[in-house]
Amino acid sequence: MSLVKTINLNSMFNYDSQSFKLFTKEIVDKIKELVGDKEYVIMEFCGTHTHEISRYALRSILPKNLELRSGPGCPVCVTAEEDIDYIINLVLENDLGVITFGDIVNVPGSVASLSYLRAMGKDVKVVYNPMESIKIAENNLNKNYVLVGIGFETTVPMLAHTLINIKQKGLKNLFYLSLHKLTPPATIALLNSNEVKLDGIIGPGHVSTIIGTKAWEDIAYKYKIPFVIMGFEPQDMLFGIYVLLEKIINKEYGVWNTYLRSVRYEGNKTALDLIFKVFRISSANWRGLGIIPDSGLELNDEFKEYDVKLRFPLTKEIKVRKTACRCGDVLRGAIKPYECPLFAKACKPSSPKGPCMVSSEGSCAAYYLYEMN
Amino acid sequence: MEKLVLLSYGSGGELMRELIEKDYLKYLSNPILDELLDSAVFELSGKLAFTTDSYVITPIFFKGGDIGSLSVYGTANDLAVVGAKPLFISLSFIIEEGLPIKDLHKILESISNASKGINVNVVTGDTKVVEKNKGDKIFINTAGIGVIEPNRDWRSRKVDVDDVVIVSGDIGEHGLYIMLERLGMKTDEIVKSDMGYVGSFVLPLLDNFEGIKFVRDATRGGVATVLNEIAYKYNVEIEIEEDLIPTKDWVLQASEILGIDPLYSANEGKVVIIADKSQAQDIINFLKKFELSANATIIGKIITNKKPRVYLLTKIGSRRILESLKGDILPRIC
Ligand code: SF4
Repeated sequence: MSLVKTINLNSMFNYDSQSFKLFTKEIVDKIKELVGDKEYVIMEFCGTHTHEISRYALRSILPKNLELRSGPGCPVCVTAEEDIDYIINLVLENDLGVITFGDIVNVPGSVASLSYLRAMGKDVKVVYNPMESIKIAENNLNKNYVLVGIGFETTVPMLAHTLINIKQKGLKNLFYLSLHKLTPPATIALLNSNEVKLDGIIGPGHVSTIIGTKAWEDIAYKYKIPFVIMGFEPQDMLFGIYVLLEKIINKEYGVWNTYLRSVRYEGNKTALDLIFKVFRISSANWRGLGIIPDSGLELNDEFKEYDVKLRFPLTKEIKVRKTACRCGDVLRGAIKPYECPLFAKACKPSSPKGPCMVSSEGSCAAYYLYEMN
Repeated sequence: MEKLVLLSYGSGGELMRELIEKDYLKYLSNPILDELLDSAVFELSGKLAFTTDSYVITPIFFKGGDIGSLSVYGTANDLAVVGAKPLFISLSFIIEEGLPIKDLHKILESISNASKGINVNVVTGDTKVVEKNKGDKIFINTAGIGVIEPNRDWRSRKVDVDDVVIVSGDIGEHGLYIMLERLGMKTDEIVKSDMGYVGSFVLPLLDNFEGIKFVRDATRGGVATVLNEIAYKYNVEIEIEEDLIPTKDWVLQASEILGIDPLYSANEGKVVIIADKSQAQDIINFLKKFELSANATIIGKIITNKKPRVYLLTKIGSRRILESLKGDILPRIC
């Protein structure tokens, strides 16, 4: 019997390195057979997939006529210039301290990044765990802070938990900026735009752990496109790609889950409940995709008092300056990172010109770090 | 009330003298330091190695050590990897006002134990106290001096094609563990920093093998960054195999959760060695006798001397470039 059939993906981590390589070879051969000389384009929506595809050099072993395109699945990357500019103005106008996490501090807005503000002497703190924001606010009661919440469905529960704690403690000097985004509406926007013709979609693993496979069903049926949810080990991805190709070739559409050790049909109910205890659905501004209805989260009535936009409305209108960065096009899959004229020239991880080069999940950074041959 | 370090401690007056005479000498006393002169005065002969470093770490106390022992080992390690036996170090503390005196004592005690354990003396030092929020608890700046015996000086040996790449043990522990601490995650006993004094095995190794051509401790930027430094220094292409890299299970798990590759994660007790192929196996056997290098492993080799580049053969058999660390290491949020 073939290895592909016998390896139980749930216990795959225990296989020795020889079996790993045999499995890889066998499944890559099968993928080649399926692809033949036809051309296919599949898109991974999740930034971690983007990163791992590059890290394991999957493109180098898969057939050239099977194209893996990266989508808008890097939460830092999709943060709009306007939002960075807004935070900067917030600090300059109201002298708020900023608390954030991840690499959002290095993302250039249209004029500067938060790390530039920090270097100017403004109070910009990067925490590893958002709960730390509570300690910071408690220790500096005469200063107002804004906690910048970014991330997809995966990260939101942790932030919701933080907000519940902020409320319980009755903190009056810590506010919230929700830049959270929801992935299914962005997927719809992308499929609607028809800019890139996609044959199939590599469904996100972490996000689907929270929202469940059911969240993708309507989209798959409406757009008649197969979704395969995958894990992040290279074997997970190869196996998932194989399944996805089978569906594409058989002209089947729907949602298939190959990440059984983590993803359920219903998702994670506890996490979802936590999210909607604090937030409600709103529109959101995506870099590259613009404002998409129902694709974001705002604080619900019970938590509205923490909404920084309500408490500190800006007096000036923000005018976003257009930059040469083509991150927006990259996020839509319209161009590949190396098609941006700045790529690896003016724009490198050490001097990023756009968020796609800042974040470790960004496609420009993944290409720069792993695929520059 | 708990005793705290106050701003006045750093100003050179009475309190300062008390701090030095009572506390510093209690833990760090040795004939050179005890003279309390403006400079440490001593005689040395031979080829000397001289290094400096600054230690800034949150949290200051962690499993496997603290900022005090880290500054002693870190400085001594920088000397040992170039073949120098560490002799004297200086310590400069920059303390943020409000640090509990008992924390300072704990740090001094740990410096004392670490330096006694590896036979180096703290011979001079300084303390400044900065206002609250102008520092982060405590920063330590050090300098270190050591003597290089001629047979331990590997600098003139030629790194070339077929030389092997050795790591002295399991990689990535310090950086990933510190990240878990900062995220506030509860961790088992086995999850801790790998901090230690690499001279314990590097110096005997240099005494016994002329085939050692390069040694560097893989601290910030991890093993991947050191390999790139080697590739650029000697203009060589290096290939390592993911399957061969010794890594603890918890490190792999943490790296999957945080999205941080152990190859970029800092080590505080591991070195990368380039060695002649003919002695490779003997070197491994020798290293295995020491506690800190018991898991030493050959992970790859130098394949050409045409251009500076590092490749990784992944566990699935594909091959890609392994870059040095670019920018900060931050946990992914996706
Ligand atoms: S290479 Fe840089 S400038 Fe070009 S799209 Fe990517 S992030 Fe933007």
